[in-house]
Amino acid sequence: MNIVVLVKQVPDSGADRNLRPDDNTVDRGSANNVINEMDEYAIEEALKIKEAHGGEVTILTMGPDRATESIRKALSMGPDKAVHVVDDALHGSCAVTTSKVLAAALGQLNADLVICGAESTDGRVQVMPHMIAERLGVAALTGARKLTVDGATLTVERQTEEGYEVVTASTPAVVSVWDTINEPRYPSFKGIMAAKKKPVQTLSLGDLGVAPAEVGFDGATSAVLEHTKRPPRSGGEKITDEGEGGVKLVEFLATEKFV
Amino acid sequence: MSEVLVVVEATKEFGVKKVTLEMLTLARELGTPSAVVLGGAGAAEALSAKLGEYGAEKIYAAEGEEIDGYLVAPKATVLAELVRRVQPAAVLLASSQEGKEIAARLAVKLENGILTDVVALAADGTATQVAFAGSTIVKSKVTKGLPLVTVRPNSLNPAPAAATPAVEQLAVSVSDADKLAKVVERVAEQKGSRPELTEASVVVSGGRGVGNADNFKLVEELADLLGGAVGASRAAVDSGFYPHQFQVGQTGKTVSPQLYVALGISGAIQHRAGMQTSKTIVAVNKDAEAPIFELADFGVVGDLFKVVPQAAEEIRKRK
Repeated sequence: MNIVVLVKQVPDSGADRNLRPDDNTVDRGSANNVINEMDEYAIEEALKIKEAHGGEVTILTMGPDRATESIRKALSMGPDKAVHVVDDALHGSCAVTTSKVLAAALGQLNADLVICGAESTDGRVQVMPHMIAERLGVAALTGARKLTVDGATLTVERQTEEGYEVVTASTPAVVSVWDTINEPRYPSFKGIMAAKKKPVQTLSLGDLGVAPAEVGFDGATSAVLEHTKRPPRSGGEKITDEGEGGVKLVEFLATEKFV
Repeated sequence: MSEVLVVVEATKEFGVKKVTLEMLTLARELGTPSAVVLGGAGAAEALSAKLGEYGAEKIYAAEGEEIDGYLVAPKATVLAELVRRVQPAAVLLASSQEGKEIAARLAVKLENGILTDVVALAADGTATQVAFAGSTIVKSKVTKGLPLVTVRPNSLNPAPAAATPAVEQLAVSVSDADKLAKVVERVAEQKGSRPELTEASVVVSGGRGVGNADNFKLVEELADLLGGAVGASRAAVDSGFYPHQFQVGQTGKTVSPQLYVALGISGAIQHRAGMQTSKTIVAVNKDAEAPIFELADFGVVGDLFKVVPQAAEEIRKRK
């Protein structure tokens, strides 16, 4: 099975993150940039399917030059190769135009299965799998906590508000996964060394047949007008329980009219 | 005034979800609200009274197995046809997994911008979003097409405004291309009668400090006394104390209730990302240095197994 895993480089969600004051895009310059955490589960799932059914795993990333670090990191887990869509004109692209570029790249990769994280930790927009599926005319099985592959039939279990759903589709398809699906492996030393030699193909907008005016700020379908930092919350009253902590807690709740 | 389409979220068990009522309230400020019900046979009939109570002047309904038996693609197709026909002033969906997914497909079909997790929307289409775990406030706008936004639950107070909506059944002709992802089974796993986590006005969450799955009864008891939902930190979920669908945080649900009670939760960034826009935060933790106290409006440093039962007893006394 030919599997493509979408990997996005994002600013580390464990540290302070900012938008750039000049153009309101994600400030990658000052951030510690890492693989989107949920994508590691997508890579793991792809590797497990390859191990069970054979095939090839390709990483697909759209992002600036520095995304190369994340691509090598992803390859060190075990995928075979990577494709990096990189073009200065992409800066400022919205979700709708990003899906156009990724769909164009996927169109060249002939994937049976596209796996991605259910959301990225920076935008948390959750729209990419369905946008790509809509453009490619293939099924999207989103939010999987379990994925079973039987020939060309895919079955996923997905969490819903009320419980879970079992959904099936035939390949080709896009599957997005939550962090409940598996436990991603750590790259081995051998994997890290091997990753340095694995092929990483770069594709420009020209290679994909997408005009620069269709993407970036020019092609964006939405715009950030301004942003402000929220003042950090400040702690209020803190007491130490000396036998009356529970009562005092309820007294506070009562003054706030919750009790 | 132009129509504003509100895509209805509802459950079989509880009917129209609160976020839908919030969206109808918001829609009234932007134009004339029309509710869109996309669901199984008879779905609109069961929901129409409630939708009217909150100001829906009209209900568009697309119902049946063709809509309900597949993941969101058929819903997006029907909605796109409706948008092309009525040319609404805006389209509002809930910022839930399904709401975002329908909106995603709609955006591609119409080559229309999309804004998610919106907490306010002005008449000129300027949306307010909260980004980076509540640390940044963003003003943004759809620049191509109409305002297509998903609204985060608990962003505004729903207010009733009676209307008597007429129901218009939409023709449903779904192509095979929209039937690729078939739902073969739906399994209910409801946890009692507690409110849904993202919609609840009170959330009581437990963390690693709760110690084990059995002790979560303490968290549930306090939640029930406060009429709230139960949440859990990632540490508690990873340790198997509580199911994943109740996880609050960066990789779980984002909640913004009136009151958030954190029990035995240290307050790592991972957790704060999902709850720090709550109006009032209360914490109980035995570690006086726990970062959760930096957010808490009221904090108790102490043993939660002593403090929580005492608090529960005190609430019962006052009832």
